[in-house]
Order: sequence, then C-alpha cells, then structure tokens
Amino acid sequence: MLKTFLIGIKDVRLAFRDRAALILMLAAPFVLTIGLGLVTGRFSSNTSSGISDIPVIIVNLDNDQLGNALADVFNSTDLADLLEPTTGSDSEAARKSIDEDKAAAVVIIPEGFTISIIPQQSDFANGNVVAADPVKIEVYANPSRSTGAGIVKAIVDEFLNRVEEGRISDTTSIEQLMFSGRITPQQALAAGSAASLDNQTASPASTLAVKINSSTANGDAVKFDALAYIAPAMALMFLMYTVSYGGRSILAERAQGTLPRLLVSPTNTAQILGGKVFGIFLTGTAQMLILIGASSLFFQLKWGDPLGVIVLVLAAVFGATGWGMVITAIARTSAQVANIGMSITLIFGIMGGSFINLEQMPSFVQMFSKITPNAWALDGFTTLGLGGTLTDLSAPILALVSMGSILFLVSVALFGKKNLVQK
Amino acid sequence: MSAILQVQNLVKNYGDFKAVKGVSFSIEEGEIFSLLGPNGAGKTTTISILSTLYMPTSGDTTIGGHSITKDPMGVRGIIGVVPQDLALYEDLTARENLIFWGQMYNLSGKSLTTRVDEVLEQIGLTDKAKDRVKTYSGGMKRRVNIGVGLLHKPRLLFMDEPTVGIDPQSRRAILDTVKDLNNQGMTLLYTTHYMEEAEELSHRVGIIDHGEMIAIGTQKELTQQVGEAETLILHIGENDDSEALAKTLKDIQGVQQATAVDHEVSVVCDEAEDVLAAVVTKANDRGIKIRSIDIREPNLEAVFLHLTGRALRD
Repeated sequence: MLKTFLIGIKDVRLAFRDRAALILMLAAPFVLTIGLGLVTGRFSSNTSSGISDIPVIIVNLDNDQLGNALADVFNSTDLADLLEPTTGSDSEAARKSIDEDKAAAVVIIPEGFTISIIPQQSDFANGNVVAADPVKIEVYANPSRSTGAGIVKAIVDEFLNRVEEGRISDTTSIEQLMFSGRITPQQALAAGSAASLDNQTASPASTLAVKINSSTANGDAVKFDALAYIAPAMALMFLMYTVSYGGRSILAERAQGTLPRLLVSPTNTAQILGGKVFGIFLTGTAQMLILIGASSLFFQLKWGDPLGVIVLVLAAVFGATGWGMVITAIARTSAQVANIGMSITLIFGIMGGSFINLEQMPSFVQMFSKITPNAWALDGFTTLGLGGTLTDLSAPILALVSMGSILFLVSVALFGKKNLVQK
Repeated sequence: MSAILQVQNLVKNYGDFKAVKGVSFSIEEGEIFSLLGPNGAGKTTTISILSTLYMPTSGDTTIGGHSITKDPMGVRGIIGVVPQDLALYEDLTARENLIFWGQMYNLSGKSLTTRVDEVLEQIGLTDKAKDRVKTYSGGMKRRVNIGVGLLHKPRLLFMDEPTVGIDPQSRRAILDTVKDLNNQGMTLLYTTHYMEEAEELSHRVGIIDHGEMIAIGTQKELTQQVGEAETLILHIGENDDSEALAKTLKDIQGVQQATAVDHEVSVVCDEAEDVLAAVVTKANDRGIKIRSIDIREPNLEAVFLHLTGRALRD
C-alpha cells in the first residue's frame, strides 16, 4: 500500500514537472474558458447563461390563483430567452411528449392545488387555520435533457418555496391575532384570504429573480453563471488528456527501462500498476482542483456546494481514469496512447457537451454521451451551479463510479494478456 | 567459499527462436564473474532471467537459496541490478531518484537518508545531488544508474554492460567502482563484450555465444585451451579488403585462425615470429599496405576466436 502511494506521488511530481503536459493540463482549459467566456459575454454586461429555449410543457389543471401564477411565471417575458413554454391540457399526452423527447420537462399543476394551500372559510371557522397538506406539482423530466429539466425543476422548487414561506408566516400571524381575541374568525378569514392572494400571486417580476437562480444555504440568490458550465466543460475535456498522459507514462516507463527496474525490485506487479493508477487519479484530481480554485479566484465563479464539488471531482476523475487505463491497455506504445488519448479528448469533449449543450445535439449523440465521463460530470456541475447539493448528485456520481469500476476491470483483464516488460 | 548463485540448465525460447540454450554455471560468494560474449549472444536475456524479469522456459536458478521461479520476491531482496540502458527518472534529481528507488527496496526514514548520502558520496555526485538527472552528462547518469543498484547493499549485483557508450574517463571510474565494491565483499555478475574488461575485473569468466555457454573458467584456464598460441593484429588501410587478406593468410603454415573486423585482421598462430614474414609477404602480394602490427600473448579474444572462428566484435 505504501509503495502504491509512493509510486503515485512520484508520478504526480513528474507530471507537474513536464512543461508540455502542464500547458495542456492547466493552461489550455483555462485559456479556452476565458475565450468561451468572452464569446458568451460572461466578461461583459451580457449575462446570458448560454442555455436557451428550453422546451417545457405546462399543464395547468388547477386553473386557480396559484396554478395560474405559476403558469404566468413560465410564460413571463423575463424567461422568454431561457424557456420555450407550451400549454397543454392532457397530462398523459404531455408525458408522452417527454417520452418522445419533444421537451425537456412537463410541469403538471394538479386540480385543487390553490385550494390546498389557501385557507378556506371553514378552516378559520373551526379554528383550524393551517390548511391540509398541499397537493403536489409534478415535474416529469426528460432524462436525456437533464440540464434543461434541472432548470425547470429549480423554477418550480423556488416557486413552491416562496408559497410555503408565505403560507406559514401568514397563517401563523393570523392565528395569533385570532386566538388573542384581537380579530374575529370572520376577520381572520378575510385577512387570510387577502394575505394568501397577496403572497401567492405576487407579480411575476418578484419571482423572476429566482427563476434561473437558486438559493444558497443562507438564502442569497445566486445567478446561474455561463462559466459554471464552460469552466467544468473545459476542465473535464482536458481531464481526458491528463488520464491518457498518465496511461502513457506506463508505456513510457517500459520504454525507458524504469518499469523493468521496478519489476526486479521487491515490489509486486499489483503495487506497481496500482501506483500508476493512483498517480493518474491524483494528477487528474489535482488538475481539476487547481482549475476550480483558479476560476473561483480569477473569475469569482461559484461552483456550488463545496462537498458536492469535491465528491463530484473525485467521481469524475475516477471515471476518466478508467478510460485512461483501457486506452493504455489497448495501445502498444506511448505514441499510440498519445494519439488515441488526444482523439478521445476531443471526441468525448464534443459528445460530452463541452462545446455545445447536449440538449441541442441529436438524440443519438445524447445517448452515446452517456459513455463519457464528461456528460455525467457536466450534468453534476450544472446541478451544483443551479444550487444543487451532494444529495442531488446521486445519478452522475453512481454513473461515474460504475464507469470507472467497469473500465478498470476491463483494463486489468487486458493487461493480464500482455507482457508488461515486452517492448 | 560457497555458491551464492547456481544456474541449472537455463532455457529461454521466444517462439522458435532459442535465446538461451541450457546454460549452467555458478558464482561463488565474493567473486566477480563475467559473462563475455558478442552482441546478441544471450547475455542480457540471461541476466534478465536471473534478475526475475523474465521467467525461463525451463531450468531454474537459486540465488542465496531462493529459486527464481518459485520465490522471485525472495531473490529480489538480495540482488541489485544495474541495467544496460539507463533506467532513471530524468525529471527527478539524483537525490530524488535515489530516495524513490530506496523506498522501492524497503528503505525508509533515517536509514534511507543515510544510505542515499553514502551512495551519492560513493558515485561522486554529492555536489550535484539536487540537479535534475536530465542535466547530467552521460557518464554522470551512468553513475546514478549504478548508485540505484547499490542502495540496499545487495549480496549479489548484476551489472549488464555498464560501460557501453561512455567516455574513457567514466569507463575507468566505473571499472574502479566495480573493483571497490568487490573489495568490500560484494559478489558481482558482470556482462560485457569487451575482452579487456573481463580480463581486468574477473575472477572467472563464462564465454557465451548464440545462447550457449561455450567455455568457463579463470582467464588462465581459458587461455590454456588455445595452448601457447599468439595473436597477430594487422592494421591495414581503409580501402584494403581485410576479408580477402584473412582468407589468404589461413593458408600459411602455423596459422590456426585468421579473421577480419573492419580494418584489422586477427591471426592466431603457434609462434608469431615464425609466420610474420609470410604474413607481410602475402599482404604485399595482394597490394595491401600494413600500417602496424601488434603481437599479443594468449588472451580471451584468442580463446573466443579459437572456439567460434569469429572475433568478439563480429
């Protein structure tokens, strides 16, 4: 175990002393991030997120004050660039549209939604001013358009948060006034209805501020930043270069004689290969964390929940390392690894959404993107950028860890058939 | 003395190609044993098998009581290896290289630091220890390459042609280091295709050719195989046909062998003085100008020539 660690540390040291590698590992993604940031207007007054025209279907079966308010939010002019809403009346038909990949998500506002939230006359008359549990709004998400679906869900969640905050504070105040005898039940009813209406049907502008935003733990609004998509996209693309560079070092060590020398020392093959894998993992992790730190420092980019970021980085590097090992196991020379690695870097970058948002890609590309660590990790980073936390990352993390595990087993099987010292 | 290494009928095949053909020999504790043979003779393959890098096709070897096939990890703990090609991390300093390799040989803490300092002193690179290896000259790199093999004070050190491609000064330093190590009690297996190195360093020599051990013994024992034969080395002009001259000289009475390498012709004969005049005459007859002639007493070159009909450098 100690030797595995020592070999890994040695490889990190060697990687960070290689100027050519440093340029591709750190400088290239950083410069590309700046370039794409300029293109998207991130560094000017234009604050476009780079994500636009998300197709969403609104099925308002409530047709009452709150249902209409939510529908108005989706149709508001402030969200016109971000969303492309259509109205439906049939829940099943709307779900079918999602299954057919015609929209990112459908929002179904059930019948009785308003009534379940705004206190009724009988409730105040009975002294039971806290309404029954509200019926739930359904967001039926398209898994192949996870970013768009995530944004729609964030809008609905924020709307519900506002509704819930208003409902609790208003009913508590009115209840206290009524039980202290300062107002009659009839006055409470009138005040409750008015307060509920005021809160729930506030102008779209007052709620728009949170639509493409999410809230931090302390309630501050955080805008979804274009760089929150671009920076991880570039970092992930060049992460693929880093893992292929690490894989290449195994074959380079064989050619330069240090691998045979390791094999005649009292160090077993598992320790050596484990050390090489650990080195790739450490190098990739260091690269990602440096890029995250640098973009936070220089661009004031907020990556989101720190714990989520760290766990997602580890999972992404693990998944990418699996690919690096498979490439190394297939290739015969370090030059082959370099060529395959650079090709994979670009192909996965494109397929994984590093340049163009996956939702704007054909469905078969979206399907194949699932084999790339880029797509899953980018999905996770977008979720974090929208205010998600570690608990929202179960799907990408599970996918990345599974990917890394399967690919590692494949590479072990492939290595088993090769002679490590044969040139 | 007891044998620290015993090789028993070692065979290594690569498909139809037989790289090592049933080699057997032993090395006594405290001696320098040289494997002498031309390029491609099987020296590096043999040393790679003995150092547990390759598994033999058949046969076995025990080193310090450990079998290379059954207990390779036991073998690795008591041997040191200095490979023919440099096997270092050029982006690390000499000290960093030595520390890393020491850790791979289970050294740690103060004992590692102390040992690294000792080895740096031994290879004369204490002042350059913090420079990256890629900034070193070829000779300095060779010294670090040797230093790595010494870190854990192995009982048996394998050195595979450590002087190939370096300047005479560095070569001299390496040969002196080998002798020093042996004087300190270390046993060495040294492979070379330079007869002079084998003669200078070795207590015993094994001559290997085409994967077979064709002779083994002390230098005296080996030269006795060619009797009292002497060797004439004829240095001829660059444009002269050395092959044709060698073929002609074989006809002279008293000449045992005649071979040509580059612009030299080696003539093994019973008595140099008896054939010298005839050799010069034959050369003149062919219009070949002899620039100089060396007369050598029986040596390993002559032994190899006697046994194989070829020069070591063929």
